[in-house]
Amino acid sequence: MAILSKDESQAILKKVVGFTTADECQATLQGRTSGNVRYARNSVSTAGSRDNVSLVVEARFGKRAGVATCNQFDDATLRRCVQRAEEIARLAPEDPEYMPLLGPQQYLTPVSYAASTAGITPDFRAQAAGDSIALCAAKQLTAAGYLEDGASFLALRNNKGLEAYQQSTNLDFSVTVRTPDGTGSGYAVADFTDASKFNAKALTQIAADKAAGSRNAKALEPGKYTVILEPAALVSDEGLLNNLVYNFGAREADEGRSFLSKKGGGNRTGEKLFDPRITIYSDPLNAQAPGGVFDGEGLPVKRMNWVEKGVVKNLYYTRYWAQKTGKQPTAFSGNFIMEGGTQSVQDLIKSTAKGILVTRLWYIRDVDPQTLLFTGLTRDGTFYIENGKIKHPVKNFRFNESPVIMLNNIEAIGKPVRLGGNLVPPLKIRDFTFTSLSDAV
Amino acid sequence: MNRRDFVGVTGLAAGALWLPSLPSLGGNPVDPARFLEGVDVAVKKRLSDAALNAAKSAGATYADVRIGRYLNQGVFTREKQVQNIVNSESYGAGVRVIANGTWGFAATNQVTEAGMAKAAQLAVQIAKANSKVQKEQVKLAPQKGYGEVSWKAPIKQNAFEVPIKDKVDLLLATNAKAMENGASFVNSVLFQVNEQKYFASTDGSYIDQDIHRIFPTFGVTVVDRSSGKFRSRQSLSSPMGMGYEYLTPKAEDKVAGPQGSDVVGYKYSYDMLEDAARAAKQAKEKITAKSVIPGKYDLVLDPHHLGLTIHESVGHPLELDRVLGYEANYAGTSFATMEWKAKGQPYGSKQVNIVADKLQPGSLGAVGYDDEGVKTKQWDLIKNGILVDYEKIRDQAHIVGQNESDGCCYSQSWQDVQFQRMPNVSLRPGTEKMSVDQMIAGVDKGIYIAGNGSFSIDQQRYNSQFGGQVFYAIEKGKIAGMLEDVAYQTNTLEFWNSCAAVCDQSDYRFAGFFNDGKGQPSQSSAVSHGSSTTRFNGVNVINTARKIG
Repeated sequence: MAILSKDESQAILKKVVGFTTADECQATLQGRTSGNVRYARNSVSTAGSRDNVSLVVEARFGKRAGVATCNQFDDATLRRCVQRAEEIARLAPEDPEYMPLLGPQQYLTPVSYAASTAGITPDFRAQAAGDSIALCAAKQLTAAGYLEDGASFLALRNNKGLEAYQQSTNLDFSVTVRTPDGTGSGYAVADFTDASKFNAKALTQIAADKAAGSRNAKALEPGKYTVILEPAALVSDEGLLNNLVYNFGAREADEGRSFLSKKGGGNRTGEKLFDPRITIYSDPLNAQAPGGVFDGEGLPVKRMNWVEKGVVKNLYYTRYWAQKTGKQPTAFSGNFIMEGGTQSVQDLIKSTAKGILVTRLWYIRDVDPQTLLFTGLTRDGTFYIENGKIKHPVKNFRFNESPVIMLNNIEAIGKPVRLGGNLVPPLKIRDFTFTSLSDAV
Repeated sequence: MNRRDFVGVTGLAAGALWLPSLPSLGGNPVDPARFLEGVDVAVKKRLSDAALNAAKSAGATYADVRIGRYLNQGVFTREKQVQNIVNSESYGAGVRVIANGTWGFAATNQVTEAGMAKAAQLAVQIAKANSKVQKEQVKLAPQKGYGEVSWKAPIKQNAFEVPIKDKVDLLLATNAKAMENGASFVNSVLFQVNEQKYFASTDGSYIDQDIHRIFPTFGVTVVDRSSGKFRSRQSLSSPMGMGYEYLTPKAEDKVAGPQGSDVVGYKYSYDMLEDAARAAKQAKEKITAKSVIPGKYDLVLDPHHLGLTIHESVGHPLELDRVLGYEANYAGTSFATMEWKAKGQPYGSKQVNIVADKLQPGSLGAVGYDDEGVKTKQWDLIKNGILVDYEKIRDQAHIVGQNESDGCCYSQSWQDVQFQRMPNVSLRPGTEKMSVDQMIAGVDKGIYIAGNGSFSIDQQRYNSQFGGQVFYAIEKGKIAGMLEDVAYQTNTLEFWNSCAAVCDQSDYRFAGFFNDGKGQPSQSSAVSHGSSTTRFNGVNVINTARKIG
């Protein structure tokens, strides 16, 4: 029963909210069905599936709140769940950062669901893994990859009239191809809302070409280089651009402990901190990279510019911090879009006299939050460019760099592609700081 | 429920707002009154048999079942206020099967005979679908069934039985100590985990286990508004495989750092208030500390710091799944291949003796049996600097010519498939008597580093960079003031071969990690690393200070 329709989920939530005697009551129902397959050494290693639905009820008396949950949906269980939340709320202390529940809201119509993805079977996954493996086996290369797909829903309702519902689907695929002698490695990664756009063979071909082309890398001296960072070098769970956007919190900036804190107090909204070609925003309705149209509290997510032409435009304000500082709260859709141009990675290479093409940056960790300095390494396809052409593969580097410095050293911006639910262009950057060499392939 | 029960169990009266679950804790939010309920072993056996029988009927040649109840509690505070108290429970079952020589796995929260049987059938269906593209048949090391057995972590006080009010009081007192000593901000957190795990397999094992972990921690920040500079110092606690007794400080568990350093480390109990006061003073001192001059230094690394370096540069490269390529697409592979091992080249100097261990009391990795029903043990990884063994589980043992698993298979929950994870990996203490002061007395130009900080290592575990919490210059055998902007970059083999001395057993203690990530979908695992303070000669230190617009 993991994916309930709008009517099915609101019927349950209506009952729940109807059972309450609290001043305020908000209920959240969420569910997800997903499946995955993992392979390595040109063979499937593990595969599985998951299915879960849960209800969270929050009841409030004045500024006191309590929460209870259940995952059975008969009337008696629902009633008990509401009563339990109310009991807890009556006994709870007042919350100094209390904000009243939201009333009715207008939401954009989400575009985050595709039936093609929700209908994926174990055979579809096995076929994708098989296609990827077969391509590599035929070239005497070794594939390791992972495919995960899922469908989910999120529904909210409260006794102030708020009602929200959204369904989403996703398919995430990544593959690392290695040469049998371990001297070459390549990577490709992509994610989709609509699984019909997914092509395991085409992505594996990219990784296979990088693996074959990266054999017998030469060592270059560490130092400052012009680099072309492909999207996978900019965005990942720990990516430099993800980290930049995650550090746009207004409260931390106002408290003096963020790179966006102003000396002497306040934050740096309105200041030009980046190259004027940099614009970063969120837009839940972007067809290529759709997002959530409401946040966990039910606040509508709308298009929001974070950086506009190099100027810090908006920071992330929780409802409490917005009220305290006289600002508007900013709901975050969870993904971002960086504007770009029309050039492909190939075009960026053509216009480069000397530089390094970076497929992927990895194991990225913060070194100094004051300057947003991060360290990490190149991985799975690093190449030396000379006179507009890839000359030879190079050994991997460790970098120590700040995305703030990086986005001031822009040479060119390419065409954005979807990655990790975001839209990100490849970037050509001068003076990127590599601090040591790595023997890793 | 009356107010007293409420305060006793959930303690919201202490100032907590109980909000929906934090994703980091996993599971569903749960009524904390349910924490102390258990699930009857006889019921779990009956449900497991339903799954095992269904798997066999559907064509599985092997099956195991894990019925798990995973309880988490997190208490979050900042300065004078409680931010959140999260109680979560995740209850369900995972069924793993081999059919047509291929693994299949399915999980369900419908823990009924019908739900379990359905999951078993789905696992077999998945295994059969994937067997079409399977190249290597799964081969398990033999494992005898243990019958009906149980194991409980040797804790003294179940943290889930402690009223939340006590926990909130401790955290708010910690915050007050930090603020009194000059902190601008402080966040403190207490995480508690209880895994109630039941394992059954077609080998004839029915294993019931009760595992506890605790992690008190904080971060103190000092902001200097006039310069715009801010610096933080994190807690020097370690997450432990212990109960609430870890939070009752004992004098015998405190280990002083070198003279002139104002560092104190902790063994089997932690003094959170004392550490918070010290953290605030040290964070303030960091604002004006001398920026390091880059170059080669002899490093003296305290166990809280060194544990992370051991984790990254020994624990991970010796995971056999990485060595074989199973993690190539995510965590990476390893330089320590079987071919490399066969050459017998030194991993480290003769002082380097590293042991894997799933038994050490108080450690995060200690369990009676692993998540595929193998009794746990201790074994050597590196002896006198030479690599002698890996970390492996049942389906890997045959690949290295062995016929026994090391018992280090783990899954973070019922809904994730179990796989090879790092056991506790620890550096044996030096056999000759040596204190930290004696070690430092021999260093002409060096840096003493306490606490783990920033860390990054490549996907084959050659090149790493580590920061820390506090850094002190060593000049002519003595501590000579605090340093800032320090990180060291090194190559694993050069680093361990530069190991010059290890302090003795009296300095030995654990550093622990609550959330080691590996696998796709990524799973979290908790692991401890024991060591004594250790000296490494001639390590490359960089300066991390930068300027932004």
